[in-house]
Amino acid sequence: MTVTSDAAEIALRTEGISKSFGGVHALAGCSLTVPAGGITGLIGPNGSGKTTLFNVMTGYERPDAGQVFLSGRQITGAPPSRVFALGVGRTFQLTRIFPRLTVLENMLVPGQRGRSRRQHREHAMDLLAFTGIAGHADKLAGTLSYGQRKLLELAYVLVADPAVVLLDEPAGGVNPSLIHHIADRIREMNKTGTTFLLVEHNMDFVMTLCDQVTVLDSGAVVASGPPAAVRADPRVLDAYLGSGDDDDDD
Amino acid sequence: MGTEVTHAIADGILGGGVYALMAAGLTLIFGVLDIINVAQGIMVVLGAYLSYVLSVHLHLNVLTGLLITVPVMFVIGVAIHWLFIRPLRGSERTSMTLLACFAVALITEGILYWRFGSNYVSLHNSYSESSVHVLGFYLADIYLIGFGLAVAAIAALYLILYRTTFGRAVRATMQNQTAARLVGIDVTRVAAVTFGIGTAVTAVGGMVFGSINSFTPNSGYDLISRLLAIVILAGMGSIGGALVAAVLMTTAEALVDIWQPDWAVAVFYLAMVIILTVRPGGLFGRRAVRAQ
Amino acid sequence: MLASPGAARSLRIAGVAALIALAALFPILFPNPTATNFGVVTLIFVAVTSAWNIFSGYSGYLSLGHAVFYGTGAYFLVVAARDWHLTGSAIFWLLPLGGLAAALIAVPVGLIALRVRRHTFVVITIAFFFIAQLSAGNLSVTGGSSGLLVPVPNNWDPATYNNPFYYVGLIIAVATVALAVAIRRSRYGLQLRAIRDDEDRAAGLGVRAMPVKLSALVLSAFITGMAGALWVYFIGQAVPQFVFDPLFDLAVVLMGFFGGLGTVAGPVLGALVLEPSQLWLNLQESNGYTSEILFGALFLVVILFLPRGVLPTAAEYITAGRARLLRRREQQQGAPGAQAPTPAAGSAP
Repeated sequence: MTVTSDAAEIALRTEGISKSFGGVHALAGCSLTVPAGGITGLIGPNGSGKTTLFNVMTGYERPDAGQVFLSGRQITGAPPSRVFALGVGRTFQLTRIFPRLTVLENMLVPGQRGRSRRQHREHAMDLLAFTGIAGHADKLAGTLSYGQRKLLELAYVLVADPAVVLLDEPAGGVNPSLIHHIADRIREMNKTGTTFLLVEHNMDFVMTLCDQVTVLDSGAVVASGPPAAVRADPRVLDAYLGSGDDDDDD
Repeated sequence: MGTEVTHAIADGILGGGVYALMAAGLTLIFGVLDIINVAQGIMVVLGAYLSYVLSVHLHLNVLTGLLITVPVMFVIGVAIHWLFIRPLRGSERTSMTLLACFAVALITEGILYWRFGSNYVSLHNSYSESSVHVLGFYLADIYLIGFGLAVAAIAALYLILYRTTFGRAVRATMQNQTAARLVGIDVTRVAAVTFGIGTAVTAVGGMVFGSINSFTPNSGYDLISRLLAIVILAGMGSIGGALVAAVLMTTAEALVDIWQPDWAVAVFYLAMVIILTVRPGGLFGRRAVRAQ
Repeated sequence: MLASPGAARSLRIAGVAALIALAALFPILFPNPTATNFGVVTLIFVAVTSAWNIFSGYSGYLSLGHAVFYGTGAYFLVVAARDWHLTGSAIFWLLPLGGLAAALIAVPVGLIALRVRRHTFVVITIAFFFIAQLSAGNLSVTGGSSGLLVPVPNNWDPATYNNPFYYVGLIIAVATVALAVAIRRSRYGLQLRAIRDDEDRAAGLGVRAMPVKLSALVLSAFITGMAGALWVYFIGQAVPQFVFDPLFDLAVVLMGFFGGLGTVAGPVLGALVLEPSQLWLNLQESNGYTSEILFGALFLVVILFLPRGVLPTAAEYITAGRARLLRRREQQQGAPGAQAPTPAAGSAP
């Protein structure tokens, strides 16, 4: 499972992404590499641009400059549906599910690829069992607790068998036993070859789960490497302690 | 020919001022409450009927009558908000409030039919009769007065918005309701008062409208359709834009009216449709265009 | 009432079949022309409300301008009947064509209107409504403000005159409800409902929002156009204020909300309850405003107190009541796990 050698395949890459909103430079020349088959963590102080980067990578925002590559193929500016069709799944910081559909129906919304309707349902139920909420399949998703919604989002992002999954704060606001469960599920999926890129504030989560960690500060990458190395890097400490202006969110 | 055109332009600009005032009320309500008050048209008609009652039965001068109708409409607006809009909650809130306004409009229309019947009435008064001779044609006094009132009312609106504490609260709520609550602004009260103000301006609009046109309870439809077209063209949330759009559209209508009276009002809708295809957010739209 | 799902389903099918049979027998059981008149108009509204719900209920985009499609179908029939010199039952063949005309209009309307926020969408549908009314009143092909007369069959027996209209209406209504069921069960319906809940999220998951929304609108318009054509043939004349009537739009929305937005049975219930009521009211009071005031008031009541509509609220009461009954029974029997069912906790499931 450990990758991150230069010879390894690159699943997702950005080059010099810049994006500003009004006068705020959310991203400034951000170049990030996500190795295929690995679990990469993206950390950085508030306002460093993590969610904006996600939005740019998945087509929810267009960058002012720079490019995004998926397996070597340019996808800059492609709309979210296209990015999704190309095999990139993504979750949101504040869970976005379909509250008036049942849990199972939520799973059936993402397009099916070459599966019959019955297979689609079975696959969906399998994923629900995998994340542990199969028992709630017929409940309205709006009635789920926050932790369960996180699991649902994780499940339905996997329905279309994405090659790359971007998770925005998968452990945010969730109790410790569930965090452990989520990390475990991510590891399991990773074993089958799915690449993960996750944004997280929970340092323990990131350091134990990820095989590579990239640090963002003020819209650019300041450090990247194995967790232990990044943890000891003085620039990272600077980024977290030194950055005075905490403006708006990512 | 030239005189006709100039006359039309003058009529258009002056008439546009009054529409601008009513549209400003709509925009204000939208900005603060995030709802489109489709009852605005019938409120104007209600204002016209109120002025009518005061003028015909109490023989009050229409301008003096405004001193009564404006506060009354304000109170009515606050009441509508308090009773039918404030209680609405949930994820469907915006659609529900819009439908609630629709329902209020229909009830009001029904009540007006009940009290006044479907005969055309008018607020003809001394101002509609006398006119000023200008640039080779006659401009009815009421147009000038209406325009003057509109300008005064809009100026008053701006003053309130930018020079009073309450106005600051309104602007804060328009920008970010949650943040406004956090700094202690009573958002509900702001909403209620704003709705009241948005309705109060229809008292002025109604008086002017009623003095120029004869009306029945049915006149609300024509009014709201024009107001909606103005606001859509301008883009929701822009008061200044509504002013520009109102004047543009009434002037265009007045011009087209010279040659094709039947289709003149189509100008409103045509402009709206064209702008929507090119710029879904309207000319000056400040809100994000994307669905939801 | 704690029947198994299989039994519940058979019960439902039997119930629907009985309802349809009853409806088919209605003109024979109540041959009084007033009754069948009510029947025809009610069936038309069942169809229109269900069609409206297929678009607005499922997608969440509330249309207050469906009268545009209704009127297009209506005027198409009148003009075509006149120009193609059709009379009698042959005119019924124009109904699908009227629907088609409405569906064609729906395409540009949808392409323009479906690109904006939900809220602006409603307003735009209102604006389109006024455009339609204005056009009908001014164009000579539609007879201007005085409208056009329909060549009505004058050789039909007055006692059963309403019946052909009734049965055509019944066919359209049943077909529409069947379509609503089919859509709700399909992936297409799922996509529509996902759009309703979170359109951007659905788009991010591969749902192509515009084609889905537009096709629903076109389908809805087609049915509404057919219904409008049937109606205009039934009443015999097309006048702009009545063909394009804001009260029509309000009635349809109210019926949809009353019964339960987004459900299949809701619009049917709404139409079956409210339309005969309105017709009856109009008979009692010849003025138009009593029904206007009452309907507006009813609308406010529904919005304020029954926002999800009668059927879903009733269903909730039943489910809650059933749960309470179950709990009480368990407590009486002293069952070990007789706690109130807790909502799912946040810990590991």
